[in-house]
Amino acid sequence: MTVTDRTITAPEETLALPAGPAIAHRPLGVFTRPQGSEGWRSWLFTVDHKRIGIMYGAAALFFFLVGGAEALFIRLQLATPNGSVIGAGTYNGVFTMHGVTMVFLVIMPMAAAFANYLLPLQVGARDVAFPRLNAFSFWCFLAGGMLLTSSILVGGWFQNAPDGGWFAYAPNTGLLFSPSKGIDFYAVGLQILGIASLVSAINLIVTVLNMRTPGMSFFRMPVLTWMLLITQFLLLFALPVITVALFLLMFDRLWDANFFNVEAGADPLLWQHLFWIFGHPEVYILILPAFGIVSEIIPTFSRKPLFGYHFMVASGIAIGFMGWGVWAHHMFTSGVGPLSVAAFSVSTMFIAVPTGVKILNWLATMYRGRLRFTTPMLYAVGVVSMFTIGGLSGVTHSIAPSDTQQTDTYYIVAHFHYVIFGGALLGLFGGFYYWWPKAFGYKLNEGWGKASFWVMLIGFNFTFGPMHILGLQGMSRRIATYRADEGFALWNMVATISSFVIALGVLMFFWNVYVSTRNWKRAGRPDVGPDPWDARGLEWMTASPVPEHNFDEDIEVDRLDHFWHRKYGKDENGRIVRAAPTSEIAHDGSNTNVHLPSPSYWPIVLGGGILLVGYGIIYNLWLAAAGLVFLVASIYGWILEPADDPDAAGHHDDHGDDHGGDDHGDPDSNGGPSGNGESATADEPAETEEATVG
Amino acid sequence: MAETMTAEAPGHTPEHHDGEHHTSTGLSNEKLAMWVFLGSECLLFGGLISTYMFNKGRIGPNDVGPEDVFDIPFTSVSSFVLLMSSLTMVFAVSSIARGDLRGNRIWLATTAALGATFVAGQVYEFTAFYSEGLGFTTNLFGSAFYALTGFHGAHVTIGIIMLMSLLVMSMRGNLGPERAETVEIIGLYWHFVDIVWIVIFTIVYLFPQ
Repeated sequence: MTVTDRTITAPEETLALPAGPAIAHRPLGVFTRPQGSEGWRSWLFTVDHKRIGIMYGAAALFFFLVGGAEALFIRLQLATPNGSVIGAGTYNGVFTMHGVTMVFLVIMPMAAAFANYLLPLQVGARDVAFPRLNAFSFWCFLAGGMLLTSSILVGGWFQNAPDGGWFAYAPNTGLLFSPSKGIDFYAVGLQILGIASLVSAINLIVTVLNMRTPGMSFFRMPVLTWMLLITQFLLLFALPVITVALFLLMFDRLWDANFFNVEAGADPLLWQHLFWIFGHPEVYILILPAFGIVSEIIPTFSRKPLFGYHFMVASGIAIGFMGWGVWAHHMFTSGVGPLSVAAFSVSTMFIAVPTGVKILNWLATMYRGRLRFTTPMLYAVGVVSMFTIGGLSGVTHSIAPSDTQQTDTYYIVAHFHYVIFGGALLGLFGGFYYWWPKAFGYKLNEGWGKASFWVMLIGFNFTFGPMHILGLQGMSRRIATYRADEGFALWNMVATISSFVIALGVLMFFWNVYVSTRNWKRAGRPDVGPDPWDARGLEWMTASPVPEHNFDEDIEVDRLDHFWHRKYGKDENGRIVRAAPTSEIAHDGSNTNVHLPSPSYWPIVLGGGILLVGYGIIYNLWLAAAGLVFLVASIYGWILEPADDPDAAGHHDDHGDDHGGDDHGDPDSNGGPSGNGESATADEPAETEEATVG
Repeated sequence: MAETMTAEAPGHTPEHHDGEHHTSTGLSNEKLAMWVFLGSECLLFGGLISTYMFNKGRIGPNDVGPEDVFDIPFTSVSSFVLLMSSLTMVFAVSSIARGDLRGNRIWLATTAALGATFVAGQVYEFTAFYSEGLGFTTNLFGSAFYALTGFHGAHVTIGIIMLMSLLVMSMRGNLGPERAETVEIIGLYWHFVDIVWIVIFTIVYLFPQ
């Protein structure tokens, strides 16, 4: 016994000494880090922001199919008067899950896909600030998404699906009116998704603020980086508000609290306030990433710099602030009082200004540009035009008397589909086409891409355009049927047929992915090159697909659109000419000397623990307690995980982990990791100079 | 300031750690992340405090209300204990920055103990209120009061767990002066939780009407 005691205590005493390689030991079992970058396992344990981004995108597309199928059920039910495709109860579940899925499981993770993939690249970083936390965000999101979506199936088809609308107004969500498990799934699912988004927001904010490459000042960052950064700040401050609301709802349902118990004197308007204080910034959380994407695509295919860069950034920031002051325009008919209605009317009119600035700047960018109508450009122009329609119908809501007539009608449904589908989703699809070659090394087929765009756009306009008319005719949202004598039949039938046209357009996108991949493989996987669109951002300055270490060396940025200015200069007549071929400027990914953070088991383990806690809260608190113990144990496993694979040689490029991530202090894994990259760039010119002198 | 302190520390080794990483803002990623997180926490407590203020008066004339249960002298003492834990947290941060590992352990333990005293006081208070007829489900005041103070208590508890983890790390020799910033970051969280309590104590206890 004493012998073993001594062997355990001995290293503690010697720890203060400089640690030699002899200290490097292999910890037990789970405390090693996973290895290898090939095969499906490497995806489960990856901490690479690019792979995480791709997984976000894939998961979002999967949920898009789920949410889309739900939409088609809604349209089938409403195709004819007195529809009987699905019952009223199921209908409530279907439209609620459609909304929740599209907002939280499609648009937000799709934006997260671009944020994860592109933010570090656009600011010239090797990875995000906290790679393991980044992986955790994804698995936590997937856990929340699976939990929410499973509500469709558990206990029977749509028996336990949330059925209170995506906004889940109290007291309709109390046990009295919603006795199924649906609202519990809603509350717990959104809570988990909130954790994922919050962690991701902190991570990405720190990445942008702290990990910019030398010279990348704030006003040299691409507009997409700016919009994504603003989005993360909105998430950071909006999510805790809905977290509070969801907790109150859970307490009411689980433990008979009184927050929305009208009998006990509660005012259920509290839910509406909390929900919309989150919910309206959420609208900008959905649209700003698409604005950023459009601001990247339009300059590239207009062959002009973005018009009014500073105004674009400032209008984004203005939206970020003003988005907090308009929430009660969702509540004009709830009796908030004439003063509130007037104030929120005015603020709602004002927030159209920065949005209008963006629209005009995109138009000015295109004006007299050399336009190339590629698929991404079509989507971007689609956003500008469709969002303008949605924005204008949005301004009509700021006129409170008019809004009072439109509340809870299909006019609202038409409006928010024009901004969320016509704005956010089209923008994100444009982003898929635009950055596809960057992520996968080949372009999607242009023919199929353009065809699917037009099919989608036409289907979209004939689905949601008629809803303006239906709404003004007085057709209510969220009602499963309408009578034949109400005069809604024609446009409902048009909308239903057109919704299947949208579905066709979406299937054409997936077919395009399949065909393009197949053709590329058949052609022997030709290299698309680092910069297939002749673009402007730093992400195009490295090989496609992006190598694991992003850039071969740190980039010293000297102005906005640094990469473009490296490619092009002016001749003596002031004409823009090619200064250097892309192949000379772009990195080829050949520097394999960069050490990256090792993969980790813990993010996915933690995600599993959260799923356990989630189901536990809904079904059995003992299961939740067990899940919590598992979760806490996993957090300690995470903290105690060694910084690096013990077999790997040299240093890793440690970007740090969470504040408890104790890997930085390990004496054998430290040695000025960030110094490596800097000294490489600083030394290189000196060496070549010596060579030429010699 | 922390960096100059570590530079003077006798036990300091010239190894790089994240606190001295080059970052765009000069703050380490971990510290910046904690600040950003605390920004988010402000809105969480903002929502909870608003909920409490919105609901505290919504009770019937014969219901148990704030003035029926609150024991201001008792809560003042436990608040004082919590505020003192912020002071000891400062000592913990400064001792590790000076390389005084033994002092660091003492102050970490003291901070955790003071925090635990506060939580124990809260548990006592909750049981006392419950026996006086104020349960979580009794009325809106009860629901809102327990939710708000309960959330704060949970935050203090998490802080205690983090402090204890630091203490264990220190005992095992894994918390040297090169990790002074880890203690500082936990300290940021701890101070935040204390500041929130000042707001809660003022709004909930001192101005019950």
